[in-house]
Amino acid sequence: MPKITYVHSTGTRTELDVPVGTSVMRGAILNGVDGIVAECGGEMMCATCHVYVQEDQLGRTPTQSDDEKAMLEFTASERRPNSRLSCQLVVTPELDGLVVYLPETQV
Amino acid sequence: MPAPVVAIVGTGQAGFQAAASLRQEGFAGRIVMIGDEPVPPYQRPPLSKSYLARESSLDELWLRPETFYAQHQIEVLAGETVTALDRTERRLRLASDSELSWDHLVLATGARFRPLAVPGAELDGVVPLRTLADADVLRERLDQAREVVVIGAGFIGLEFASVAIARGATVHIVEVTQQPMGRVVSATISRFFTEAHRRWGAEVLLGTGVTRILGTGGRVTGVETSGGRHLPADLVLICIGVVPNAELAREAGLAVDNGIVVDERLATTDPAILAIGDCANFPTPFAIGRVRLESVQNAVDQGRSVAAYIVGKPAPYDKVPWFWSDQSDVKLQIAGITAGHDNAVLRGDPESGHFSVFCFRTGRLIGVESVNQTADHVVARRLLAGNPKLAPEQAADVSYDLRALARGLSAREA
Repeated sequence: MPKITYVHSTGTRTELDVPVGTSVMRGAILNGVDGIVAECGGEMMCATCHVYVQEDQLGRTPTQSDDEKAMLEFTASERRPNSRLSCQLVVTPELDGLVVYLPETQV
Repeated sequence: MPAPVVAIVGTGQAGFQAAASLRQEGFAGRIVMIGDEPVPPYQRPPLSKSYLARESSLDELWLRPETFYAQHQIEVLAGETVTALDRTERRLRLASDSELSWDHLVLATGARFRPLAVPGAELDGVVPLRTLADADVLRERLDQAREVVVIGAGFIGLEFASVAIARGATVHIVEVTQQPMGRVVSATISRFFTEAHRRWGAEVLLGTGVTRILGTGGRVTGVETSGGRHLPADLVLICIGVVPNAELAREAGLAVDNGIVVDERLATTDPAILAIGDCANFPTPFAIGRVRLESVQNAVDQGRSVAAYIVGKPAPYDKVPWFWSDQSDVKLQIAGITAGHDNAVLRGDPESGHFSVFCFRTGRLIGVESVNQTADHVVARRLLAGNPKLAPEQAADVSYDLRALARGLSAREA
């Protein structure tokens, strides 16, 4: 099962096995990782599952839809070039070892 | 002094958010959530969308894993009912005959489906869609159902209809008004979705009531319409709206009028009792007077607001309302409350399948309905949070830069 690492704004790291087909957001919620809120449940209606993807791994992540780009305007923490909505990062074998940094706040 | 107790009646999205936000705000007292459904807090929107379509599983419905509640010391009494409130003693009584004293009480009791009072409504195969248990019944029934009649063309009825068609059933939609979703969307959007459902293969009967539901041997076989049609059916969905669960509040002497009446801080006529989510009737700057909204946004933002109130940081509730609906491959997103508009202008071309309707009242933007056009929705939420100087002609002009206008507003606020 692919391993995803969530790095909290405090520096604490949580490494999880997330099944293929599950989003990085859902992986965090199901395992009680604080720092991802996911208010809309993955419908791309909010931006409370915002993460920063480790920069050298950006190329491995699925391309951003226009809807995701639009919704990223709502992030409570600064939007950066490596900002993603983690509900849109559906885990594949290629994402094994992905590291995402959680912003200081989601709301 | 013993630790303060917050009792939350209701384990839906609003109740869950109030509990979670209380802990985020550093509330150190006891939190007890009480809900009559026998399951932990879950999300309702997928019940008429991906969960119903069997595209998502039960695991994905839970708002948090069960361990979350233990970790955050949130007691969840699932399958338990509050039978009475004693405001003088600040104590509530449970169906299991025990009692609980509170310092703050949050009523997040939600709403229940509105029954249809026609002969035959009790037949097997006539079902509502409100709870997880309802959705589980419908998921199973849709495996076999060939002929489905949907009574009521609101969000839930239309979402259900699009899933039923996709799962291979013949679908008739019966709506008593001339406008599907007419209580909450403009005529343009209503028409667009009516045509879309017809294109997807449903028959949509407008201005049509139901006189009775027909059956044989206790099982539904059809629906008789006010127009004299007999629609064959082996599954009938009743979705003609909801009734807010306000009985507890009324019996406790709190003001009730289309939901539990609260002030701008979401406090009832008793300041120790708050009401949030689908059951709360509140004043809002986004409508004339008061509203009661049934949405995730409303549940979540009001949950946060009462948590802040309880920890001593009360503030007027003034969040921009937003809503969404998924029907087949069409996503409807609404910012603001468009009911009561006196002018609606199109931005984009409905023929393209990507457009928005900007709704104005007395020259002021009050809401925007977007179809497969998230960029407009996002900008609308920003605009409505400020007080935009936007003329209808500008909204209708796709070359007019709305994002720049929204950015200007945020810059002024900052």
